[in-house]
Amino acid sequence: MADPRETRVLLDQAEDPALRTLEGYKRLVGGYSSMENAYRTMEQDEVLSELEDSGLRGRGGAGFSMGKKASFLPRGEMQKYLCCNADESEPGAFKDRELMQRNPHQLIEGIAIAALAADAGHAFIFIRGEYNDQANILDRAVAEAYEAGYLGTNILGTHRDLELVVHRGAGAYICGEETALLDALEGKRGNPRLKPPFPAVQGLYGGPTLINNVETLSNVPRIVARGADWFRGFGTEQSPGTKVVSISGRVRRPGNYEVELGISTRELIYGLAGGPLPGRAVKAFFPGGSSSPVLTAAEGLDLPYSFEAMAEAGSMLGSGSIIVADDRVSIPQLALRTARFYHHESCGKCTPCREGTNWTTKMLERVVRGEATPMDLDIIASVQQNIIGHCLCVLGDSMAMPVGAMVRKFRAEFEEVIETAGGVDPHTVVAPPPGILGATL
Amino acid sequence: MSPVDGYGSSNPNLPVDPALTEGRVPDRNPEAIPELHEVDCPPELRQRIEELMSRYPDRHSASIPALWAVQERYGWCTPDGIRQAAAVMRVTPAYLESVASFYDMLHTSPVGTHRIWVCTNISCWMRGADELLEAFKAACEGEEADFYVTGFECLGACDIAPMASIDQRYYGPLEAAEAGVAIEQLRAGAEVLPDKVQLQRPLAGDTPAPGGDSVG
Repeated sequence: MADPRETRVLLDQAEDPALRTLEGYKRLVGGYSSMENAYRTMEQDEVLSELEDSGLRGRGGAGFSMGKKASFLPRGEMQKYLCCNADESEPGAFKDRELMQRNPHQLIEGIAIAALAADAGHAFIFIRGEYNDQANILDRAVAEAYEAGYLGTNILGTHRDLELVVHRGAGAYICGEETALLDALEGKRGNPRLKPPFPAVQGLYGGPTLINNVETLSNVPRIVARGADWFRGFGTEQSPGTKVVSISGRVRRPGNYEVELGISTRELIYGLAGGPLPGRAVKAFFPGGSSSPVLTAAEGLDLPYSFEAMAEAGSMLGSGSIIVADDRVSIPQLALRTARFYHHESCGKCTPCREGTNWTTKMLERVVRGEATPMDLDIIASVQQNIIGHCLCVLGDSMAMPVGAMVRKFRAEFEEVIETAGGVDPHTVVAPPPGILGATL
Repeated sequence: MSPVDGYGSSNPNLPVDPALTEGRVPDRNPEAIPELHEVDCPPELRQRIEELMSRYPDRHSASIPALWAVQERYGWCTPDGIRQAAAVMRVTPAYLESVASFYDMLHTSPVGTHRIWVCTNISCWMRGADELLEAFKAACEGEEADFYVTGFECLGACDIAPMASIDQRYYGPLEAAEAGVAIEQLRAGAEVLPDKVQLQRPLAGDTPAPGGDSVG
């Protein structure tokens, strides 16, 4: 049963397995009525302005206005594309999995309406290959939607066409980056592209392409049905709407909780997720997936959970995934896990990311082995500074920000590990030859 | 073009990773697209790949799905399987090799029949993933032909941490002792851990506290 502190909109009736079927989706939540209305009575600009007025911000990580993004697509006769980014691979995030497996038709309806807003004739759901069960559920749902005439040619007798293909990835975090996703969808290795041109102008097969996250698109049917004002009735001025928040780590009840944005973070972690494990205390947490700079309990617990509050605190809401570390978790070890993940997933195209993630991992391994010196911490910090903003995509930044924050905020713990385990007197360390480490130290 | 040694490297002194070269013939012209009659592609595989290509505006988009089809048929992306797919898709085998080697789930060397990925990322690690991985490895030691066990990056199921994907289905939260049970069930061909299937779980619920008190 839903907790009274939750506000279930996207997850309305989600406990009912019948929601997976087209019949159930229509019966339980009045599904596809929004699309029917939009296709029969609304113009492209009306849909666009409704989306823009709603203030819906992208739920994949960047938090960019969805309506604005859609309005960037040029008009004209060229073939345009829509891609649903379902390559949810950010450590800590599992909301899209839940949304797809419980309510696949909500996503399909959202895609159909967004395709109207973008004037796209081809749509793709790029789902990570690991989500096999979810991809099968989507396959069935898409087949149902084709059969019922919500996809295909001459949809609902309106002379509009939309082809929707469920495309399975094959295991690469980088494909969640929108331009890498496009390369993967074009059948290549998933390497990010230089931006600009942005995908809205030149994306899939060189055509204008709108790329949105599963949760963003799942919000579309209700916004178009009930209006931007209804949507703005939830959440805060700058972060309207509800958000499915994935809470995991060292808490009693990990899981997905749908709440209004702006709810207190303490309420999320202690109220909904049940707080830390018995006898433990929250030490730090990632507020928006493993890419977001960690916040200590003192910094973060009393902040409202919204895009703007998290940005102000020097972190980010990202994909809305909270990972909680309690007082038993060693921060240097946590930093190493984080770095190792990004090292493994770096596609290798840009040197700062390829080398930066590699050497950060090696240095952190040295720290936890007790072979490091306090100066290594400065080198780690400077490596992070030299990654941020220097690559085609933000994968490297996604390691640099949390690892940098951990070294900064928990420096005493790193130093303790170094001093107790390593047994090296920090004052006897030989200085490196000049020029090797750079002037940024 | 510089002369190449048997493994395709221009420097014969470089160490060679057999996993990357096994069964591969490096002196074949990398620009040649094999003809269908040269590769002996099974008709079902050909039909499947042609159907996949027809779903996309550009046939190249079918490369990952086609490699999935090859892997499904041969157990891994065999050099012959890749040549067959390349002949159907009218691309070079080297192109498909480059794609296959990029993605973690496509195997360019033989692996065990049952595939077990244990998530060892942050959330699972904090709840005992390393112990779970060890337990899986110990439970099927010496049976590499039947079981492929590996640690895997975040599988997107932190709510059921620690978890594993067994033959492409998610299970969790798992106790280390359940690794042996799962392996035994796989050996017997029985249903695997029926009450731990992720699909059957409620939205959010009580998760047993992880074994062990200390992390890191």
